[in-house]
Amino acid sequence: MKDHQISETDVTTHPVKIAARDVQVYYGDNHAIKDVNVDIEDKTVTAFIGPSGCGKSTFLRCINRMNDTIDVCRVMGDIRIDGEDIYDRVVDPVQLRAKVGMVFQKPNPFPKSIYDNVAYGPRIHGLARNKAELDDIVERALKRAAIWNEVKDRLSAPGTGLSGGQQQRLCIARAVATEPAVLLMDEPCSALDPIATAQVEELIDELRQNFSVVIVTHSMQQAARVSQKTAFFHLGNLVEFGETDKIFTSPEDPRTESYITGRIG
Amino acid sequence: MSEPTRTHGSLLIQDARTRNRNRAETRFKMYGIAAISIGLLMLTILLITIIGRGTGAFQQTFVTLPVELSAAKLDKKGNRDLADIKKVSTFGYTPLMSAALEAKVAQAGIETTLKPKAMAAILSKNAAATLRYYVLANPQMIGEVVEFTFLTNSRVDGYLKGRVTRDSIANDKNINAAQLDLVDGLIADGALKKQFNLAFITGADASDARPEAAGMGVSMIGSLFMMLVVLVLALPIGVAASIYLEEFAPKNWITDIIEVNISNLAAVPSIVFGILGLAVFINYMHLPNSAPLVGGLVLTLMTLPTIIISTRASLKSVPPSIRDAALGVGASKMQSVFHHVLPLAAPGILTGTIIGLAQALGETAPLLLIGMVGFIASNAPDSISSGLLDPNSAMPAQIYEWAKRADPAFYERAWGGIIILLVFLITMNAIAIMLRRRFERRW
Repeated sequence: MKDHQISETDVTTHPVKIAARDVQVYYGDNHAIKDVNVDIEDKTVTAFIGPSGCGKSTFLRCINRMNDTIDVCRVMGDIRIDGEDIYDRVVDPVQLRAKVGMVFQKPNPFPKSIYDNVAYGPRIHGLARNKAELDDIVERALKRAAIWNEVKDRLSAPGTGLSGGQQQRLCIARAVATEPAVLLMDEPCSALDPIATAQVEELIDELRQNFSVVIVTHSMQQAARVSQKTAFFHLGNLVEFGETDKIFTSPEDPRTESYITGRIG
Repeated sequence: MSEPTRTHGSLLIQDARTRNRNRAETRFKMYGIAAISIGLLMLTILLITIIGRGTGAFQQTFVTLPVELSAAKLDKKGNRDLADIKKVSTFGYTPLMSAALEAKVAQAGIETTLKPKAMAAILSKNAAATLRYYVLANPQMIGEVVEFTFLTNSRVDGYLKGRVTRDSIANDKNINAAQLDLVDGLIADGALKKQFNLAFITGADASDARPEAAGMGVSMIGSLFMMLVVLVLALPIGVAASIYLEEFAPKNWITDIIEVNISNLAAVPSIVFGILGLAVFINYMHLPNSAPLVGGLVLTLMTLPTIIISTRASLKSVPPSIRDAALGVGASKMQSVFHHVLPLAAPGILTGTIIGLAQALGETAPLLLIGMVGFIASNAPDSISSGLLDPNSAMPAQIYEWAKRADPAFYERAWGGIIILLVFLITMNAIAIMLRRRFERRW
């Protein structure tokens, strides 16, 4: 691994969880991600911002190898979680995804009951020895996702019958139920109304206690509200990465400045 | 020069363009209604014709006669030994029936110049066999008088159904005016009448001379065994192939070629599958001729493309977000398919399968090539292996066989057979709709 200085002003208070070095992503001939180097810390919310098509979602999907499902997508470079190269030949992407959970842009609960939605991950990973343990896991996950009080009386109702915001929190509960180390969120609030957004943002802040959270967002206000670190992507390049406060108050790169002041994007 | 501005007329008066547009739309709606009406009209005519011509087949003319099972004729040695009784052929029973008919005519007071043998000609050639089966099954009844309900000759049946008239029999050597007089007398007596004929639904096909005895039952069983083979083979193979192609196979030129070929196979004329079955299953693998197993295999080949295409379509229609969700919590590809995608695609797969089965059920051409024509099985199979391997026919092949025979009595049965076939198809489609509703109602 090359030693690479990310930012002069980067004050690290938590150990590095995810380290990316010289990451390149190609979609066929399209060079979607160019030379991205970033260190993402544990127990921190890191926001990826940037205009549409800048590669922030693509990079996010590299972290749990969801890009593997796209035939034409090639990933090069080095991404390490806890020092382990996740693109190593011996790494099974399925095992990786149990460690790196993901919440998607559109709430996508399974067309099953609320209980089964949350219990699915623990079931396939064998996290519970019996029904009582599974009940515990489901309850804990729903509580962590701040939706327990709303659904505790109707756990057998279909997850698809919930409102948009509830569905998204259910998806977060489903993701945290497998006890991942990293939680990736791809524009988790873009399909939600402001009230549901506020609930999910509050939740993200609480999730920071246990996970390393990476969130892709189009909303700079949201990035400012929920994250401690922010990375600005532009045309496949990681332009600037640092403390959220610093990025939004005194960005170093002129491109970052013009984006956050609304001149590009 | 100023910009030309458009002047708007009153909204209360339609301008010429609007009127034209509206007229064009009205015309188009009329074309649509006309097309649908023509379709409905054809369907109505079809149904009326089928029901009008086919229902006759479910009724048959029977004559009820008390028959003395004379011991002197049936058991000459008098020891009731079944082996001896069996030596009396169907031919030996004919005098019993003539005698019974003669007695009946005398008792009813019908005047006729016919000799007993000519009288007995109004009965079906099947009647003596019916009598013989009864005696062999109940030898203790020899010597008793038993009341029997015999099928009549198809000409007599035709006379009651209006197909045969006194004018039309001028050149018919199977029946003459004196025999029709006898029939009229028996009708007046109440011994001879039309009644519901269960044997048409349950019985086997019969020879050219006995249309009145022919039934669909055995060929129905043949169809049933074929459908069983198709279901057991085509559903798992088709679904497995579709899942592999849709979810796992790499997208390259090989899979492209396979995809194009599957679509082409769905359009291949069914008779091609028939000759394939003849070449592969019968000539090469030496499976028995005319067996429902072979028919089922041929129809499986024919149904597979239909099932694969509809299964792939329903797999494709499952939103990718569900696959992402499953992969996102660390499910393997196979878990995501079997736990989430397949259950959501199930209604579509089932509908496709049942439509494929219905198509296979109505298929005639390939069956003719592998010898599953009518008049092959005279008895219903008695076990699963005989059902699969013994020569049999199938419903559509049976109908085809009847339709091409000369006797109009068979023609009527062909229409009746179509009613039974349609009942089967409607039932299968109803099941498809029910299953679809049931699975979709879950959420």
